[in-house]
Amino acid sequence: MNSAKVSLKPEISSGFDLEKIRADFPILKLKIDGKPLVYLDNAASSQMPQQVIDRLVRYQTTQHANINRAVHYLSEVATMEYHNARCKLQQFINAREDREVIFTSGTTDSINLVMHGYGRKFIKAGDEIILTTLEHHSNIVPWQMLANEKDAKIRVVPINDKGELEVDEYEKLFNEHTKFVGLIHVSNALGTINPIKRMIDFAHQHGVPVLIDGAQAAPHMNIDVQALDCDFYAFSAHKLCGPTGVGILFGKAALLESMQPFKGGGDMIASVTFEETLYNTIPHKFEAGTPPIAAAIGFGAAIDYLTTIGIARIAAYESSLLNYATECLNNIPGVKIIGTAAEKTAVISFTIDGIHPHDIGTILNQDGIAVRTGHHCAQPVMQRFNVPATSRASFAFYNKETEVDALAAGIKNVQKVFL
Amino acid sequence: MHTNSLYQEVILDHNRKPRNYGKLDHANHHAMGHNPLCGDRLDITLQLENDQITDIAFQGESCAICKASASMMTAAVKGKSRIDAETLIHEFRELATGKLDINNPHHLGRLTIFSGVRDLPTRVKCAILPWHTLHAALNSITDASTETNHDSAQAVSSKS
Repeated sequence: MNSAKVSLKPEISSGFDLEKIRADFPILKLKIDGKPLVYLDNAASSQMPQQVIDRLVRYQTTQHANINRAVHYLSEVATMEYHNARCKLQQFINAREDREVIFTSGTTDSINLVMHGYGRKFIKAGDEIILTTLEHHSNIVPWQMLANEKDAKIRVVPINDKGELEVDEYEKLFNEHTKFVGLIHVSNALGTINPIKRMIDFAHQHGVPVLIDGAQAAPHMNIDVQALDCDFYAFSAHKLCGPTGVGILFGKAALLESMQPFKGGGDMIASVTFEETLYNTIPHKFEAGTPPIAAAIGFGAAIDYLTTIGIARIAAYESSLLNYATECLNNIPGVKIIGTAAEKTAVISFTIDGIHPHDIGTILNQDGIAVRTGHHCAQPVMQRFNVPATSRASFAFYNKETEVDALAAGIKNVQKVFL
Repeated sequence: MHTNSLYQEVILDHNRKPRNYGKLDHANHHAMGHNPLCGDRLDITLQLENDQITDIAFQGESCAICKASASMMTAAVKGKSRIDAETLIHEFRELATGKLDINNPHHLGRLTIFSGVRDLPTRVKCAILPWHTLHAALNSITDASTETNHDSAQAVSSKS
């Protein structure tokens, strides 16, 4: 009788062919100073598969023209492909209508759109905006600017020592002045997945709309904006294997219609005279000027790529990678993981006793290992944990366990240099 | 060559045992240096008598490159005239930004060990911050930042 072979390593879900996936990413073949690239900075920007690169080339070589304007062939093709990309995004997040998906230049632009379009119209003096300690600066600064302009107030949800939001404290912040909630779905600095459904429902009981910054969530889990019932949801293409310079804002149609435009210009108008301008319908009202057409179409191709693999499979694989990496780093004396939430994406922020993150990053780079070091545009999180900065390894579905091993070896090498 | 030549024993030693670390009680010049990109902070106090740096100290939170640079800088300028210190500041900045030809005559001595940072643009500011702050202290500019545009001491303008 053969005894079953027990593997300590987690089973990769069927249909997930890691080597085939890695072969799709030409950049992963790169050598840095003769060492194979170990790219662990995916939370900053993920890499692009050949399928998306090819789509950009095809657009640029056979389909490019300006959209929504001319009657000629290329303009019609480009307009159609741009619209198709919008529809792919609509399906990806299960929005009710395609006009609820606005192309922006990225998450930051999306949040600024809401601040200007919704905030400046509806937030008044004395109103309160709830944000959380985990927010990226992009979901803090626009609201501070608004609060200063309107004499409104920012209230902040605290986090516990594991880096989880204190939801009870969130609920206590609500009062008759609360008019808006800005909430990060997944912390870029720590990887914490926030219980946004519960938080959205609570805000809605008080009639308060909620914006979700989904920049770090959309690449790693299924997003269903109808199930979440969020009012706004924002993310960027370049963290989903797409190009830089494009992202989306989902907004409920009725809300988008009630908002004032963010930018004025071509395409966002119905008619213009020097006396009056009538605005176009959504989504065009919020897409002034020539949009990043190629990037949006590339975004659509990236969505196709990810959905072909399957977001659920990606999430399952990344979760096994996170468990493995957490175990490896926890086994190194002197390494401390910052952010140990029960629900996390594959992000590990860490410190090494007595060694500054910038020195860690530079020495890891020597081994071809790319991590992010610094405050991760989330200084309130750093302040909460009383560290000036951390090193952050963030994983994607194309990373492999031997790369985690390389990181662990790299960290031990850093410690040796500073012994 | 880059990182291997940067984290040399001299730099690691100054990081472990920084010279002139602390704060002078009797200082007549001081400045705070700040690199907002990484959060590094450096406080320099010095005693200037008849345009001579008679004593100098530094303290702060920073990476190894910045701390070693500060430590070696304080050792190098202690006892020097203000003009000689300014010459070193100028030469060090040129070295760190790759503009100095170290084959030509200069006054940097062992400080040329920092020449490796020129290949690491994001780390140039770490090495330069102490010198930037020293320049500010000598000229009685209380706050120095690697990111302040209106400061004539601005050494590096590349954003990272």
